[in-house]
Amino acid sequence: MPDARITVPAAVPRGNPFEVRILIRHPMETGYRMDEGGKAIARNVVRSFACRYNGDTVFSARLSSGIAANPYLRFFVTARESGQLTIEWLDDGGVRGSESVAVSVA
Amino acid sequence: MMAADFRKLRTRRRLLQAGAALTIVPWRMAHSAANELPNIPALSAWLAGRAPRMERVHLVLPQLADNGLVVPMQVRVDGPFVPGPHVTAIHLFSEANPVPEMAVFEFPVPVERVEVESRVRLAATQRVVALAMMSDGALYAAAAEVIVTLAGCLDGT
Repeated sequence: MPDARITVPAAVPRGNPFEVRILIRHPMETGYRMDEGGKAIARNVVRSFACRYNGDTVFSARLSSGIAANPYLRFFVTARESGQLTIEWLDDGGVRGSESVAVSVA
Repeated sequence: MMAADFRKLRTRRRLLQAGAALTIVPWRMAHSAANELPNIPALSAWLAGRAPRMERVHLVLPQLADNGLVVPMQVRVDGPFVPGPHVTAIHLFSEANPVPEMAVFEFPVPVERVEVESRVRLAATQRVVALAMMSDGALYAAAAEVIVTLAGCLDGT
C-alpha cells in the first residue's frame, strides 16, 4: 500500500476549480506520548506539504501536531491543461514522500 | 391564602427569575465569542496590532467533539476574487493546544474556490481561529468554539 492517496475527478472542465483530496499515512507523533518504558516518543509530524500541477506549486501547507494522524486534506486547484498533479511532503524525521496522479482536462 | 404566602410566592418567583438570568449570561458570552478573537498570545504576536475583519471567512467545526484526536475542520473564504485581491494564506490558531499555530495553508496561485478541509487535534474545549490573508494585505477572520469531551493530546492508549 502506498503512503498516500490522491483523489481527483475523472475529468475536469478547463478553467474551473476541481477538488483534490489527499490522505497521507503518517502517525503525526505529537511528542507528548510515552512508550511502554516510559520514555518520551520523539515528535514526528509532516511539517511541510506541497502540491504541484505540471511543475508549478498550486497549494502548500505547513502542519503541526495539531493535525490528526494520517493527515487528510481537501482543497481546490484550477484546471488548466491535462497533466500530472504531484504531492510532496517532509516530516520531522527528514523522511520525504511523494505521490502523483494524472489529471485530464476536457 | 394568607398575605405571608403571597410574599413567599413572590420571592420564589424572583429567585427563579434570577436563576434563569444566570443561565442566560454564559450562553450570551459564548454566543458573542464568535464575533471576537480569543486572546491567544501567538495570534496577537502574529497580528502585531493589525485587526482582522470578522467576515468572509467561515470556519466549520462541530460544536461538540467527542474525540479531540480527530475533529473534522473546514475553512472557506467567500469570493469573488476576480477582480480584486485573492487569498494567499489561511492560518489556523488554537486557544488551548500546546502548539497554538495549528496549520498554515498557502495558495501561491489564485484559485476561485478557497476551501480547505482537514482533521485537527484539540487538547481541550476551546475556540479556534481561522485567519485569511489577502494579496493586498487585508485580513479576514472567523472563530469557532468546540466543546471537547476527550482531550486530543492525552496518550491514545
